[in-house]
This record gives sequence, C-alpha cells and structure tokens, in this order.
Amino acid sequence: MGVYRRFHFFVKQTIFFVMSEPISSTSKHTVTQKSSVSVLFAGDSGDGMQLTGTQFANTVAVYGADLNTFPNFPSEIRAPAGTISGVSGFQLQFGSKPVYTPGARFDVMVAMNAAALKANLKDLHRGGIIIACVEGFDEKNLKLSGYPEGANPLEDETLSNYIVFQIPVLQLTREALRESGLSTKEIDRCKNMFVLGVLYWLYSLPIDVTTEMLNTKFGKNSTIAEANIKAIKAGYFFGDETEMFANLGRFDISPAKQHGTYRRVTGNEACAIGLTAAAMKAGLKLFLGSYPITPATEILQTLAKFKKFGVKTFQAEDEIAGVITSIGAAYGGALAATNTSGPGLALKTEALGLAVILELPLVVINVQRGGPSTGLPTKPEQSDLMMAMYGRHGDAPMPIVSASSPVDCFYATYEAARIAVEHMTPVMCLTDGYLALSSEPWKVETGENLPEIKTGIMPERQADEPPFLPYKRDERHVRPWAIPGTKGLEHRIGGLEKQHETGNVSHDPDNHELMTRLRAEKIEKIAESIPLQKIDNGPEKGEVLVLGWGSSYGAIKTAVENALGQGLSVSHAHLRYLNPFPKNLGELMANFKKVLIPENNNGQLVHLIRDKYLFAPVSFTKVKGLPFNEMEILEKITDIIKEL
Amino acid sequence: MTDIDITQDARPALTAKDFASDQEPKWCPGCGDHAVLQQLKNVMPDLGMPPEEIVFISGIGCSSRLPYYMATYGVHGIHGRALPMASGLKTARPELSVWVATGDGDALSIGGNHFIHTLRRNLDLNVVLFNNEIYGLTKGQYSPTTKLGLRTVTSPNGVIDHPFNTAALTLGSGGTFFARAMDRDGKYLRSVLHRAAQHKGTSLVEIYQNCPIFNNSAFEAFAGQENKDERTLYVEQDMPLVFGKFRQKGIRLDGSTPVVVDLSKGDISENDLWIHNERDIFKANLLARFFDDPLTVENFLPRPFGVFYVEDRMAYEDALTAQIELAQKSGEGTLEELLKGDSAYNIK
Repeated sequence: MGVYRRFHFFVKQTIFFVMSEPISSTSKHTVTQKSSVSVLFAGDSGDGMQLTGTQFANTVAVYGADLNTFPNFPSEIRAPAGTISGVSGFQLQFGSKPVYTPGARFDVMVAMNAAALKANLKDLHRGGIIIACVEGFDEKNLKLSGYPEGANPLEDETLSNYIVFQIPVLQLTREALRESGLSTKEIDRCKNMFVLGVLYWLYSLPIDVTTEMLNTKFGKNSTIAEANIKAIKAGYFFGDETEMFANLGRFDISPAKQHGTYRRVTGNEACAIGLTAAAMKAGLKLFLGSYPITPATEILQTLAKFKKFGVKTFQAEDEIAGVITSIGAAYGGALAATNTSGPGLALKTEALGLAVILELPLVVINVQRGGPSTGLPTKPEQSDLMMAMYGRHGDAPMPIVSASSPVDCFYATYEAARIAVEHMTPVMCLTDGYLALSSEPWKVETGENLPEIKTGIMPERQADEPPFLPYKRDERHVRPWAIPGTKGLEHRIGGLEKQHETGNVSHDPDNHELMTRLRAEKIEKIAESIPLQKIDNGPEKGEVLVLGWGSSYGAIKTAVENALGQGLSVSHAHLRYLNPFPKNLGELMANFKKVLIPENNNGQLVHLIRDKYLFAPVSFTKVKGLPFNEMEILEKITDIIKEL
Repeated sequence: MTDIDITQDARPALTAKDFASDQEPKWCPGCGDHAVLQQLKNVMPDLGMPPEEIVFISGIGCSSRLPYYMATYGVHGIHGRALPMASGLKTARPELSVWVATGDGDALSIGGNHFIHTLRRNLDLNVVLFNNEIYGLTKGQYSPTTKLGLRTVTSPNGVIDHPFNTAALTLGSGGTFFARAMDRDGKYLRSVLHRAAQHKGTSLVEIYQNCPIFNNSAFEAFAGQENKDERTLYVEQDMPLVFGKFRQKGIRLDGSTPVVVDLSKGDISENDLWIHNERDIFKANLLARFFDDPLTVENFLPRPFGVFYVEDRMAYEDALTAQIELAQKSGEGTLEELLKGDSAYNIK
C-alpha cells in the first residue's frame, strides 16, 4: 500500500504539468531499447479499448515502427458489463524489425477490470507487465468476473510471476479533470485516455497523433477534446513522476520503416481499396451488391464512402439480392463484386452457379468466420475453402485466391478482379475475420505499379458483319463481354445450358458435356497466366516445407524464421492461388521430405493437395476461433523434424 | 455533303417485328403468354429507344422464357431473382430501359422478399407480372395467388393458403405504380404497358394470364363475354367508376366504404359516384381491396382493371447518381488519391 499512497502527492504535480506544451519527459528513468513489444489493451466493452488501442497503433505507425494489430471483442454490442463475456481487447505488436503478427503472447497487458485480467492472463508472457486499473478490481467487479468471494488477484499470489502496476486510474482521471466542466460520467469516460498517456510515456512515444485526432474529431478547444487531452497528459506525467516505474524504467523502440508515405489499413479496408483500384485501372465502374454481415461489413461501409471515385454500393434486402444485383451490374459492364461471410456465402451459392454459366466477371470476397451456421461470428477461421472450391451444384469451377495479411487483402482483391475481368468468370477471394479487422502499415502504392487489367468488352457490330456469337471463345476459352447499349450485339443469356458459341438454349447431351469441359478448362488455363509458386523463406530443398494459405502467413513466417535461426531444415511457401494451383506446385513440394499444412479448419487444403498430387502432407489444424501463433507452428515443425 | 449529316437516330422507324428474336416461343398453344409477348413487342417502338438500349430480365417459370423471344438484350436468371438482377443492372446503367418478366411464383413466392423491397426502392423498372394463379412449368402446383379451395396436385383437398392480393401488396410495399390488365385484352394491355413505360419508377403491371393446361379459365369470371361487363371495372383518370353492359352500375363512396349503386333508377347519377384519381393513395388502397370472388360473394365489388395508382417519387438510381455527383463536385477522385487515402503519414 506504500506505493498507492504516494500517488496523491504526484497527482497534484501532474495537474500542474498538463498546462505546459510541448510534452516531454523530465524524468531520469533509464531507457531500455527493445526490438519489439506486444501489448494488449483489455477492458469492458464500454471502456473504449478499441479506440485506445487504435490510437496507440496510429502513434507507433506514425513514429515509424512496424506493427500488426488485432481487435478481439464480443459479438454482442454490449455484453453484461464487468463480466468475462463483456471483455473487449485490442492487441498489437510493434517493433523495429518487421512484425508479422500481433504476437503469440503479449508482453504488456492493460487490464481495466478484473474480468479483463482473468480472461487474458493465460496469454501474458511470464514476467510480463500488468497495468491494472485499481477501481476495476472492486468487490462488484471481482464478483462479476467470477473470482471467489474475498479473492483479489491484485492482493493474493495470483500475479506473483508478473510485474504489476496498480494505478487508481479512475481517481487520478477525476482529479485531473475536476475543473474540466464535464460531468462525472463524462470524466470517467476519459479514463482510457489516462492509461494511453501512461503507455505513451512508458514507450517514449509522442502524444500529438492522438491530440490531433481529438481536436479534429471534437473541434479544437472543445471541452471534450481538452478533457481527453488533459487525461492523456495526466497519464503521461504520472508515468514520469511516479516512482512506481523506477525499477522498470522506460522503453524505446527504434523506427523500422524506411522513409516514405505510409497509411495504416485493415484487411477489410484494403479489400475495398483493391476493388476500387482494379475498377479504375480497368476503366470500369465498381458496383458492390452487399448485405451487412460480420466480419465483412466494413468493406461495404468503406465503399459506401467512395462515391468520389464513382463507386456504387447497393445495400440489398438479403445476401441473395446482394450477389444477384452484382451479376446484373456485371451484365451491364460494371466491375461487380459482393462481399460476405460464411452464412451469406451459403445463401449466394445458387447465384454463383449462375455467374459460372453466364461467364460474367464477378468478385466474391468471403471474409471467413467460425462456422457452421452462425458459428463464431466475430472469430476467424479458414473453413470455407471447400465451400469456395465445391460449394455449387453441378460442375461449377471457380478460381480462388486468398490474402495473407491485412495489406495483402488489397493485392489479393485486385488480383481476383483482374482474373474475373480477363477470364470472364466469378472469382472467390478468401480473407478471414483476423485479416479483416487486423491492421498494419502500408507504404502507399502508386497506380502505375499495379498490373494492367484488360477488359474483353466488344465494340459495336456493323450490319454486314457475321452474327454475334456470345459464347465464341478465344484460345483461353474466354467469351466476349457484350454489354447492353452496344449496337449489333443484342443477345440473350441465362441459366439454362448454352449452345456452344451461339449461347442459345440447348439440351443436347453432347453439347452439355462439351460446355462442362470448356468451363472447367477455362479455369485450368488461368494457371498459364499466374506466377509460379515461390518459396517465401528457407531453402528450395530440404526436410520440411510449411505450406500455408491465408492469414496464417505471419505466424508461419515468424515460426520458420525462428526455426531457420535454430539451424533447422525448413522452408515456407504460402499460396495466393488455391484454384487453379500454380503450375510448379507439385515439383516444389517434391523437394521436401515432409509438407506441413497448418490450417484454421478441420483439414481442407490438405484434401485438395492430397487429391491433386497424390501424396500425404502432414495436416496441422486449429479450430478454436483463434489464429495460429508462431509458437504452435514452431513446436510442430520441431516435432516433425525430430521424427524424420 | 448533305448526306454526311446522318445522326445515330436516323434509323428507319422500328416496328414490333424488329423486336422479335430468331427463337420460336416454346409456350403451349393457347397460353396467355403469347398475347403478352405480342403486346410487349407492339409497345417497344413507342419507347423511342433502339433495341440495344432495352434489356429484358426474368427469373424462372413459363413467362420467364420471354427474354429469349425479344431481339433486345436479355438475361434469363434464376428463380425469384429477376428483380434484384434488374435492380443491379439499372443501378449500374441508369440510361437503359429495363423490363422484368416474372410470374406469380417467381415474384410473389420465392422472390417475395425482392418484390417488396424493389417496390419501396423505386428503381425505374417496368415489371410485367404474369399472374396465372398456378405453377405452370412444374406442372400444376398451387401458387401464392391460387384461389382458396382449388384442388391441385399439391392441394388434393383444396388450397388452404390465403392468396396474395398483388395490388394491395404493391401499394403496401410503397410501390409508385400499379396497373392490372388481362392477357386477352390486347389493345388495353398495350395501353397499360405504354403507361408503365412512361412512369419513372418501378411500374408494376399485373396481367391476368390464362394457363390453358394447369389452371384453365382461372379468370373466366372476369373474361367471359357474358360476365365481363358486370364483374369488371375499367378505371380511367378523372372519370366516375361506372360498369355494366349498359353502364348502369357505379361505385359510390359511402363514407370510406365503396358500394355498388344502380344508376338505372334515376335517383343516383354519375355525378354522385367515386371519381377515379390515380394520384390518390387512399382511393388506390380502397380500389386494391376490390378483390371479391364474384362466384362466391353475393354483393361483390367488380374487379378493377387499368392504372390504380401513380406517384412521382425520385427513382433510386437517380438519387444515387445525385449523391455521386455531389461527392464529385470538386472533381472525380483519382487512383493516386484512392491509394493514398486521407490518413497517410510520412516517415522521415
């Protein structure tokens, strides 16, 4: 309790200090260099942890660190306050070296209440730092979070393996903002900013990114902005003045990024930008037909704001109308897309079969979440691969691409659009809830760097030219795109089987077999125009190849890097193209004794690989609604190599 | 030099024949669909648009084969989804004339959700709803408009599902145009289709269409020569609601209750009758409720035909275009602006 009492003294000084600008530390704390740190902000879903985490991430991004963020919140908007199910978290890892994941475990945990601590303690590194908001550990909170009566982890031995800082955040915030003119309720809402100030101090970070945001959001000199800024400064000076951190000192992380202009994007934002960029590059207008669904909705929300770029979004009455409006728009010559997640994809499957037989370009972004049925709406999973591959009636092949990081969602979506337009086919782009909501810095891309997208839109036909044949294919089996408004190309297409070349309705048995084969070959031929599979890390030949797809990239990358550092014979290849596979994939895998396939599902890619290449890869699955972490994969690699 | 100045519009005037595709209609002989197809082809030249700017969209069902028989652009989609297909196309390409051919099963059963939402959105679509009160393509199951009690292959003991009233459903959904016509009323049907085409917004035209195979004479109560005059009411703007072979009957509003009155006695004149006003949503709602079955209801109200209701309301695609134009007031966004975003930061 000795430490606790000292606060009152420093609080007064804190208030004095907040008036001075610019902010800087006056302390003589030692400063330790760190190469990377993982921090979790955890509190009640009403505590503003997402905002706090986002602000911290913005600051470290502008500071030049590399980073990766991951929010973790309940699917209820406001689960019962103080309970475990109401805990909302925001995790990020930042560092002076490339950072690929939010961190398997965190080094620092901010726990705004007892439930936040209880829910996340298992993922804190032994010896890690806990910054606990004392008021969140009162009798009521302890009871709500299920601690036995009389037990308080801040007072017993529960946290003896950790470095714990108990800060009366609420009290200090109230004192700092006593003169602010805000009500107690409003003042209490600023407590997250106090904590943010402490963290800025601890990691030697500037506060101005957040103060600028507050001034922009609430208006400079507004009471709310001033109070929040005051709370940040109070937290910052608290760190500086208190003796609490005397033994720990401060940390400093050198900037990682090279000079240049960056932006921070989430996977969903990157998808929206990728679609729009593809449309602009192809000279088309983007149309998105969509129905809100977690965790895919931000794609619709972002695109709804892109009217300046000529984007049209259509919030349909249901998932089916979402995809069908897009098919209508594609017939009309738009770059058409729809975005969804598992349950929505299930509803769209009939329409996707239609898009396959109409042979119109369509991008389907499926942000995978835990299934089946409503499943785990806010949790990521990679369990729709089979659905993407086979989830239509009839023989209805569809290309599949997948994204491996939040920024990569841009490139994957762009590539999906390119394939759709150039090969006249619906294309499935798989991301997941992890990528969708995670963010990382992105060095601003330039338009000229992006690959060209060539549309096969037909020009007018003159009366003396031969009749237009809507299903006459080129050497890639691609049919022409004839859009309404073009004279001489009037034609009727539909879901009934098409006669080869004319596109007229045909029930001829041989024709159906021919068309089925042509549709399949058209997709297979895409392999001619996609890059060969590369080894991402490690030698071309060796003992173990870790073959991943999707959001496990960061965890595999980090694990393989560690394994290589230990001298293990391991390599990493990550698939962008899941259908068709790159032409050299078979040869590439044959150079390794074992192929390990980690997946957040019950084993799906492993089926496709086994089916096509007729050998038995090692399946490693995790179906917990959580992404892989690097330690799990490293452990698996080590085990396999031991057994060899 | 004078010959050079030929504009795009200088094509010879189009006729119905110009809108016939090379595909032979595959409907049963005597099917009402043939007559509707003919009137659609007849009305196409009235649009003043070349065939390449007209698109027919359909779902699944007998009537949904219609796009194949029009020499315009067309998509024969999947069951129930004609309206969203047309909505997406119209949103992407507002300048096109977009028509929808759909049936009572396609529009009101499997596509029921799209039906109500399309109507409230009010895209400028012309929807031709072929109502034959039966599933024809799947051979005779009852539909959401089949009369109560009808014995079909899936209702061997008689239908117990209460049927939809298309007019009331359209108005209840916030539709801005509703009209009803009969397949065999060729000229009248054409005039109604013409009105639908002129309306800027979603025009819903319900056509009573006879299925000679699975529900023959479903509308005989309104179509047969001896019955038609006494059981149907053809509404006309600003005209009193008069019907009967000798125009001897009328509809008068008794408070808010419509009653059939006898004009032949001389004590009630046409001046006392309800005057049709297609701009009046309250009257349109009453008219939509004229839904009695004359064979089972004693003092039935006649079944109305013609344009019930017209409302001028901004079309969805125009509202969207206006928002885009506003967003682009200071110029269209460039690819570089898109890629940079508005929260970029520099690392020095």
